[in-house]
This record gives sequence, C-alpha cells and structure tokens, in this order.
Amino acid sequence: MLWPRLARNLASRPLTERVAAADEAVAQALAERLRAASRARLGRSLAVRQVDAGSCNGCELEIHMLSGVVYDLERYGLSIVASPRHADVLLVTGPVTRNLAQALAATHAATPDPKWVVALGDCAADGGVFKGSAAVVGGVADVVPVDLLIPGCPPPPARILEGLLALLEAEAEG
Amino acid sequence: MSALEAVLRRGAAVAGAAPHARLLLDAEGWAALADALAADDGGALLALWPGQRSVHAALLDDAGRMVVASGPAAPGYAALSPARPGALLFERAARDLAGIVAEGAADARPWLDHAEETEWLPAEGPGLHRILVGPIHAGVIEPGQFRFSLQGEAVVRLEVRLGFTHKGTLSLMRGKPPWAAARFAARLSGDSTVAHSAAFALAVEAACGVAAPPRAQALRVLMLEWERVANHLHDWGMICNDAAFAAIHAETGRLREAVLRAADAAFGHRLMMDRVVPGGVAADMSGEGAAALRSAALAVRRAVPGLRRILEQHASLQDRLAGTGVIAAALVRRFAAGGVVGRASGRAFDARLLPSPLPYAALSPRLATRGEGDVAARVAVRIEELHESLRMVTALLDTLPDGPLEAPLPPRAGEGSALIEGFRGECFAWVSLDDGGAIREVFLRDPSWLHWPLLEAAVQGNIVADFPLINTSVNGSCSGCDL
Repeated sequence: MLWPRLARNLASRPLTERVAAADEAVAQALAERLRAASRARLGRSLAVRQVDAGSCNGCELEIHMLSGVVYDLERYGLSIVASPRHADVLLVTGPVTRNLAQALAATHAATPDPKWVVALGDCAADGGVFKGSAAVVGGVADVVPVDLLIPGCPPPPARILEGLLALLEAEAEG
Repeated sequence: MSALEAVLRRGAAVAGAAPHARLLLDAEGWAALADALAADDGGALLALWPGQRSVHAALLDDAGRMVVASGPAAPGYAALSPARPGALLFERAARDLAGIVAEGAADARPWLDHAEETEWLPAEGPGLHRILVGPIHAGVIEPGQFRFSLQGEAVVRLEVRLGFTHKGTLSLMRGKPPWAAARFAARLSGDSTVAHSAAFALAVEAACGVAAPPRAQALRVLMLEWERVANHLHDWGMICNDAAFAAIHAETGRLREAVLRAADAAFGHRLMMDRVVPGGVAADMSGEGAAALRSAALAVRRAVPGLRRILEQHASLQDRLAGTGVIAAALVRRFAAGGVVGRASGRAFDARLLPSPLPYAALSPRLATRGEGDVAARVAVRIEELHESLRMVTALLDTLPDGPLEAPLPPRAGEGSALIEGFRGECFAWVSLDDGGAIREVFLRDPSWLHWPLLEAAVQGNIVADFPLINTSVNGSCSGCDL
C-alpha cells in the first residue's frame, strides 16, 4: 500500500541532501559577465531547458538524478522546463554534431533574453573524445555563446547542481 | 537454419577469425544467402555493416551458433531486408557510412546523412493530421524525430527518424590501438557503457588470441549486472513517472542513487565508464567496494517487493500500463529483437545463456519472459531481472577469484567478435586488427537497432498521449545506433 508509506515518509527525515555552496570565484566571474552584458535581473529562480546536442546519453542520466529526491533541484528555484521559450538557461550536452547544430542554434534563438548557456560535460567543452570527427562541429561554444562550463564525463549531479547554483548566485550579485 | 547452413558452407572461412567463423561469399553466394533467409525464418540477423567494398552480416542460429558472412559490395549487394525487415536500418546506415547499396531494399532513403530534406513515409485516410516532434524534446531525452499521423487521438503511423547524434564513432576508432579505441566503445551509449566496453574488449581479446584473467572476467560480470540494476531501476521509475505515478519514480530514483554511489565507491566512477578495457579491467575493486555493493544491493532487494506491490495494486497505474503499446510476439520473432523488449513478447533469448568467456555459466542466470508484450510486461521483466542481477552480484562477491587484472595484448593481426547481454539487450562487437594490432575495421551494434522499428509498431492504434509511456518502456538508445 502506498498510503502507509507516504505517512511514514512524512514523519521521517528528508532524503534530500545538502549540496556544497557554489564556488565563490565562479559566481563572482559570472556576476561580472552578467553586468558586462547589462542583462536584466532574472529573479531568484531559473528555468532550465536541457538540449542534447549529440551526447552519448551519459550526461542525461546524471541530469535525471537532479530531479530526484536526493538532489531535488526545485528547492533552489531551479526547474527543468519543456520548451526553450520558457527557459532562462540552456543546459547543453554532447559534442555538437553536424546533424544537430542547426537545431541547437534554433533552440538558442527561441530562448528569450536574458539567457545563459551552460555547456555540460567534457564533450560539450570542446568535442571531447569526438573532437576532430567529420560528423562533429565541435564544442557548444562553436555554435552558441557559452557562459559556464561544467566539466566531467559525465559530471556527477552534485557538481551540476553547484554549477547551476553559481548562476543563481551571479544573478543575486549582478 | 539448414538452408542457410548450406549457403554458408559455400563460403571460404577467413583465417584467424575467432571465436565465431567469418565466411567469404561471392556475389552469387551472398544473393543465395538473401534467398535462404527468405525461405527459412529461423535464426537471427544480428547486424549488417559495411566493410571496404564489402558487406558483412552477423547471423545467430537457434542453437546459439554465430557466424559472420561477408560479400562483395561494388557498390551493390543483394538486400537482406526483404527477408529480414530488421536489416533495413542497417542497410540505410551502411549506404551513408560507406556508399554501398542494398539492391532490392524497400527503402533507400538516407538514415545517418541529413544533408537532404527528409522524405516521410505516406499515410492516407480521411481526417488525418500530423504532429512532428523533435529533435529537441520537452523531456530530458535523446534527440530523435517522431512524426505521428493521427486520426483523432489514435496513432495511424509513427515514423522515427534518427541520426542526430551521429558522431562518426566508428571512423574515429579506426587506426587506433585497442586501448585508445575502447574509449569510444565506452561512449557508444552512455547507459550501456559497461556492456559495449565488454563486448569490444572480448572481441579484441578474441582477435589477439588472449583471454582476460579470471578476476577481470568476474569483475566484468559484476559491473555488467550492476549496470543492469541501475538502468532497470531508472526505467521502472521513468515508466511510472510517464504514467503520472510519481511515488514509485521517487523511490526508484533514491535506490538508483544508492546503486550509482556504490559503483563509485567500488570502481571509481558512477557509471563505471572506461573500467572494462581490452585485456581486462582498468583497476581492481576498491577495498570498501564489496561492502558498498552489498549494502546497496540489500537496500534495493528490501525495497523492491513493496514497490512492486504498489505497482500491481494501483488500478489507476495498471490501467495505463496493461494493454498499452503491445508488440506482437510474431513481430518480435521476425525482427529477432532481443533484451527486455523481446522477452516481454515471449522471445526467450538472453545472450547470458550462450557460451562465453564470462563466468555466467557458473551463475546460471534465470530467464525472465512474459507473453503479453505490453508496457506492463516490459516493467515486469525488468523487475524480475533486477532480482536476478542482485542475486548474481551477491554470488559473485562471495566467490570473486584472486589474481591479475589484465592480460597483455600482443600487437598482431586478427579478427574477433563477441555478444554480451547489456541491460537493453544483446550488444555485438566485431573487430579486425591490422599487423600492428591497431583497429582496421570495427562495428559495434546496440540492441536498439531492432527496437526502434518495433516502437513504431507498438504505438499504432494507441492514443498519442501514451507515446511517452510506450517510448520509455522500450527505451531505445539514439546514440547507440547513430554511431
């Protein structure tokens, strides 16, 4: 039965864990960039749209974990949204393939300003192991401007969350 | 596969191909193979891929014997897809990868090459309307394009278009030594990183004529089964989530996190990427690894029966899962689709039951099958396999042999192939090494090649709102077959 379980869960300690605070230096740097770009304040919440630009799906597996009870990204005002038109942040994974570059550019154009682009994972940084392939354009920055890079193959959920929190901090400071 | 055997007997065996034979056919012999496949519906066409002015096909007979057949492609060859529809996507991809042409194929449109404008299959009838979704989706899923032709809410035809994550993986592997090429096998499909790494490693070892040491083989099985546990938990939760039943998704998510942390503690990576390498394993299990794995396995084993009862006792959830997205048993047989998709539609095939250098025989894995072929059956198969994998993990931890972790690979020419049961189905690898031991030719086949066409069939007649649910229950990999 589900109800007794839900009742037990109400009485027990939350499963959600604390995450290390955002890196101060990263947040500062992002805030500088926000000011430099004279972007309007986005408020204390960010809507995130994930774009798979050609990943092996490893990064997506870890992004999925963010929505779960252990990392619960919504407690920070972060949410994953269904359309770039609702998004403040594009969270882009994968080396950008030739077959997806156009869709990524269109998604970026469909995202209202002000917006952030986060390149997630080693492939998104510069193509990763797929760098140099004729089927790959390169990293995310080769197609759309990137504000923040979260390295890893794939980066674990805690590190992804730290990166997104740095964006929230930057907003508060900017 | 008697007709087929007669054809294959005409071929000349390639020296040094191990452990499965490769037979060279002339154009006439290849055409006879196509005819024999049409006349005999036994066995399975595992994969078809291009070589240098040639075409290769991996075939598995009902007794579990595998053979690779090769024919000339200059640039034409007789299509196998009229006999075996599962060959069609392979033939389209082979044309894009190497310019070889399947003569007599029902569909000659490009697959991986997106340079031309898409031509969609027709759907005609009164009141039809269309929805095109992707490659950018509303959920966190891989990029594929889905074109629905609908009558009211009912799906008349779904066509899947992939290739968006085509990274040129195979051409990046060519010319590299096996240890360097292994990084690409590990990234063919991130969720199956252990399975594809293991298939590639076993194929390379077969080509080199070496066997990984017993401890390495046991650790490989440990990782393969742990990967299955993590993914089956994920799929189970995601299916319930797509049926708007969040409670199970929350619980399986918590358990999956515990499983990934145990993998990190034991093997130094949450997904165990790059841990299985040609020759053995990259590193030993950590000192606290066994305890971490045991404790996570216990947590999952304790939680699953309760979650299963919730799944089975909630009529609102069962209403969404039962009878939804049925894949007919006959269709699964015709495609020879493996994995959860095949076993949920009554195809009793599991590559873990075949002879293998991996120590599966000692663990005697139990096969989980269902006959209904619907979303509920695919969930049920996953849950049973979860239990079975946890049992095998515990048994392996009790009997883990000591010894070295890696065998040296002599730099020499050779050919090898391997078939591994990943969480999604059987992963096939074939590799040919040049005189210096570098990759001359390679093909890695994800089970999704056969699951995508079956998804198209599964959705027919269902309401479009059930598509995400059905899609998740099949869970094909885009990257795995975009190459």
